[in-house]
Amino acid sequence: MTDAAPNPNRPGPPMAMLAELTHRCPLSCPYCSNPLELTRKAGELATEEWSDIFRQAAALGVLQLHLSGGEPASRGDLVALVEAARDAGLYSNLITSGIGLTRDRLQALDAAGLDHVQLSLQGVDAGMADRVGGYRGGFERKMKVAGWIAEIGFPLTINAVVHKQNLDRLEDAIDLAESLGARRLEVATVQFHGWATVNRAALMPTAEQAKRTHAIVRDARERLMGRMVIDYVPADHHAQFPKACMGGWGSIGLNVVPDGRVMPCHAAHTIPGLVFDKATEVPLADIWYDSPAFNAYRGDDWMQEPCRSCERKTVDFGGCRCQAMAVLGDPAATDPVCSKSPHHQDLVAKAIADGDAAESDFTYRVLGA
Amino acid sequence: MTAPAENTPRPAPQTASPPDGLAEADRPVLPRGVRVKYDPVRETWFLLGPERAIKLDPIAQAILTETKDGRTFGEIVAILADTYNAPVERIAIDAGRYLRALVDRRFVDLA
Repeated sequence: MTDAAPNPNRPGPPMAMLAELTHRCPLSCPYCSNPLELTRKAGELATEEWSDIFRQAAALGVLQLHLSGGEPASRGDLVALVEAARDAGLYSNLITSGIGLTRDRLQALDAAGLDHVQLSLQGVDAGMADRVGGYRGGFERKMKVAGWIAEIGFPLTINAVVHKQNLDRLEDAIDLAESLGARRLEVATVQFHGWATVNRAALMPTAEQAKRTHAIVRDARERLMGRMVIDYVPADHHAQFPKACMGGWGSIGLNVVPDGRVMPCHAAHTIPGLVFDKATEVPLADIWYDSPAFNAYRGDDWMQEPCRSCERKTVDFGGCRCQAMAVLGDPAATDPVCSKSPHHQDLVAKAIADGDAAESDFTYRVLGA
Repeated sequence: MTAPAENTPRPAPQTASPPDGLAEADRPVLPRGVRVKYDPVRETWFLLGPERAIKLDPIAQAILTETKDGRTFGEIVAILADTYNAPVERIAIDAGRYLRALVDRRFVDLA
């Protein structure tokens, strides 16, 4: 062994961990952020393996644990996993569609120490919500679950995933979130990774919708100040500068996927050449600080122009690596969402064309044959 | 569907709370899902809430530590002024501004 030079880009400890407990889900949303190739039940980690990862995460400095999927309620051991999170000292957040949760199960999660629930919203009525989720009766069930969440008193965030086909009802979604007693609302425009990439023409907002959404969110934030907090993920293909994806690669958070592989974000597997260690085989701290995959896009050595000499490189970190890969085939390129990218005009033209497309049929998420 | 008090959007404050501070009679409380936690890894205090972690400096930590047991803002200010031997007026402005910002973000509720 030779002495390794100290890593000049060594980050602080991670703040948050997203645990994708399973890829199983009763819904089949056409914008699911899960990979096109899904992990089956047999490939999922066992309760004790997740519990050990939670303990490692807490020891590493993770404060917040997001229990996600797929649908985390599809895990029969969800209550035990929440107990394990609490015992590890983590703040636990359940990211759910609500399907699979009963009143009894929510009460058990309450007793197990669950801190917060984030409930997804596919639409403001059964017609839209059930069509987007591909699950008849889902909306009615979700409203029941929301009632139990309020009854138990869990702090609630509504995550309204918005796109071309439901953005014109955004005001109604805001009203619905308020009437459900949400303390927070996320207005999350579909990001074009995973299944959304095969549904671009059916999901891409029009430029006019993107603009109108800014105004609606601004007004609602002002009107609801102190009552409901609104976080907003804009339609980034219509933006001038890219999003500060993940707050910088390997800077703030990590994702663990159902088979235990650890990634800097949920789409990182789309970048060829990156090898992701399993938290069941390599200590989480080693993966976070020392793995080549986590160090691949830390700092700015990897950057090309125009990022490298750009004053915004510490603001948005060159944008999203996975988007650069998806659109340009080069994960180290400037995110083409950036108006300084030579490929920006092409991206905008394609976004406008997809936004204006008459396509409304979805290709739903499915487990591969 | 009826929601219980915890999750019901609150009506406008009854007291005449200043927009950039709190009234003496306000009772700030950490709502369910928000808590102060010491992080031994970073050796720092944090305020943890839904999908947020706010680093607390010693002043912020002192303010939030006294925000308990149904105390009014006036009582909290008196305790802090006494503990830190600082003028009540100054503390009321600083702590009021700090807590108001947290009220706006739903990290603190006014009971």
